[in-house]
Amino acid sequence: MRKILVFMLGALTSLCVSMGAMAQVKEIRVLLANHPYGDLLKSAIPEFENATGIRVNVESLQESQLTTKLTTEFATNSSSVDVFMTRPLQEGKMFYKNGWYEPLMTYDFSDYPKNVMSVSTFGQKSYIVPLVTEWQVLYYRKDVFKEAGIKVPTNFTELEAAAKKLNSDSLAGIASRGKGAAAVTQASSYIYNFGGLYLDKGVAVFNSKPAIDALRFYGKLLGNYGPKGVTSMSWENIMPLFQAGKVAMWTDASVFYGQIIDPAKTQVSAENVGIANFPAGPKMNSPFIVTSWGIAVAKQSKNKDLAMRFLEWATSKELAAKGMLANITMARSSVWEDPAILAKVNPGLVETRAYAAKFGNPLDRPYMSAVGEARDLIGELIIESINTRGASANLEKMAKEKVAKVNEILEDTGEYGK
Amino acid sequence: MAQSSFTERNLRILFPLPAIIFVALLMIFPVLYTLFLSFTNWNLTSGAPFSFVGFKSYARVLAEPRFLHALSRTFAFTFFAVVIEGFLGVAIAIILNRAFVGKSVAKLMLLLPLVATPVAVGIVFNLFYDPTIGLANFMLQSVGLPQGLWISSSATVIPSLILVDVWQWTPMITLIVLAGLAGLSEEPVEAARVDGASEWQILRYVTIPMVMPVILTAVILRLIDALKTFDIIFAMTGGGPGYASETLNILGFKYSFEYFRMGQSSVILVVLFLVVFACSLGIMKLRAASET
Repeated sequence: MRKILVFMLGALTSLCVSMGAMAQVKEIRVLLANHPYGDLLKSAIPEFENATGIRVNVESLQESQLTTKLTTEFATNSSSVDVFMTRPLQEGKMFYKNGWYEPLMTYDFSDYPKNVMSVSTFGQKSYIVPLVTEWQVLYYRKDVFKEAGIKVPTNFTELEAAAKKLNSDSLAGIASRGKGAAAVTQASSYIYNFGGLYLDKGVAVFNSKPAIDALRFYGKLLGNYGPKGVTSMSWENIMPLFQAGKVAMWTDASVFYGQIIDPAKTQVSAENVGIANFPAGPKMNSPFIVTSWGIAVAKQSKNKDLAMRFLEWATSKELAAKGMLANITMARSSVWEDPAILAKVNPGLVETRAYAAKFGNPLDRPYMSAVGEARDLIGELIIESINTRGASANLEKMAKEKVAKVNEILEDTGEYGK
Repeated sequence: MAQSSFTERNLRILFPLPAIIFVALLMIFPVLYTLFLSFTNWNLTSGAPFSFVGFKSYARVLAEPRFLHALSRTFAFTFFAVVIEGFLGVAIAIILNRAFVGKSVAKLMLLLPLVATPVAVGIVFNLFYDPTIGLANFMLQSVGLPQGLWISSSATVIPSLILVDVWQWTPMITLIVLAGLAGLSEEPVEAARVDGASEWQILRYVTIPMVMPVILTAVILRLIDALKTFDIIFAMTGGGPGYASETLNILGFKYSFEYFRMGQSSVILVVLFLVVFACSLGIMKLRAASET
């Protein structure tokens, strides 16, 4: 018995000593998203560790799980996270209000476009370094268009005509997200191009005539010419259909281009996949161009100096250039002006970005802290419109109710009219 | 002896103490904390600290049509899933309870759905149900039947989910009932046979009544689990299309991790807790009655 005790005591002491030694090691904890740029960072982290001697403990999570984990850890004050990837439009306002972002006073933001910075800044301070931007585009099948003898649509009338012409039993004329909340971001460009908005100066306005017209158009397109079961489809359901050659056109974010031309993942050869500007609507052509991902330092972090060093490295121009070469559309302006980089990036991406950067809208959803709930409410309208092929007699009434609800939420969270 | 008298005297308390502490910390505390939160207005999107609001959160959630739909959907899903699993499970157990070639292989096959991870099951069934490229519609088409929308239509999503639940959990009932059948004595059956009872009569009036307590135990376990089903639904539909497959558990998750209304989410979970508690109590009473 005594021997066992002595042994255990010895083991405990050596454990304490080794833990003491570990405390000397400079360490940070970083939470990344399962996103191409997150993967790129992850593979480059050993270089950072070797250069600085800082050990980086990385965890990669799917986007909604990342939000859940961060929220749980921050809300219960139990977090040891130092740096994390974050979605400014989805969680930015809420995280800021709860004081979970550390203000980035020393960071040089001069390389980021003004409209991009508008969602990273609250009051006078900036809290998020933008990483990746994405904008809405039209993907289409060049071979199918050629066979049918039609040209790529540049406005909604042509879009509908093309969808009608190309639609058949084995091929959906057009696809776009139909799954309630997930569809809200993709329907946004349709609404903008009809002249509507989700929120105007902190007030919900998606029951305006242009917004309703846009929702009807979206429902008519997808209800008539969309894939079967589109109301339960987000991008992860549509992409395999496109890759399997079952969809003629697809309006979604530019971020998927790399994956749909990747020969390992698709049955449609890359030369048959086209990318074009999102078509114009009756009022304008202003597709969304948003900062889909940024990176931030946690307010609760106990290693802020180390965290800042990691942040500077993770958002460096060198890594941004690497991202561009991997078809990741980075937020820094300079990488889009560097001819050496642009020569290697797909011209379709360069052209559509140039257009969206000039004319696009920096929001793709109602920008508010309770965005999840607002998206579900707007999602109900999208589903109703698709199910009735845009002809719902109830849409105006439903929209009025949902607008009232969103305004109520805005009042609850103190954001109404702001 | 004197030095150990305290231990001796309190053995009854000391030995189960670790288990009691464990239960208290990991089971009772979270339940009480959820109850506590349900009386607050904790909402992360407001950024303000929470305060007590009494039954206000209850009033708001219970009046919400979406909550009432989720409640009735939870009952419908559970009722149909458990009834089908109960009948199928017992039937398969009775078939498997006789000696035949390949019996152990059949039992092994039965175990397979049980050990599969629910999220993986969900992903596979999602592919299976896909209206355009899925196997389900391909099979229907190849025998000339009309194709379905499965989980993509609000009309068929719940039956489609029930089918997955039945596929995964019927074997559990079968295995429990099989174990019960194996433990029965042969004598009453022999006696009935001597008295000239038919096979059906033996099954109906001898075997099933004897194995009833075991069947009810299996049903209680399934019932509690089915009421709380989360993984399969979350992985397959996330509660959609729209809210068409939203059960209480999914709604509770959405309220906490998508809407960040922690107080109101706690209300939903308290209601779910009470529902599970009441249902289990009911079936346990039934089981006690069947034993006497």
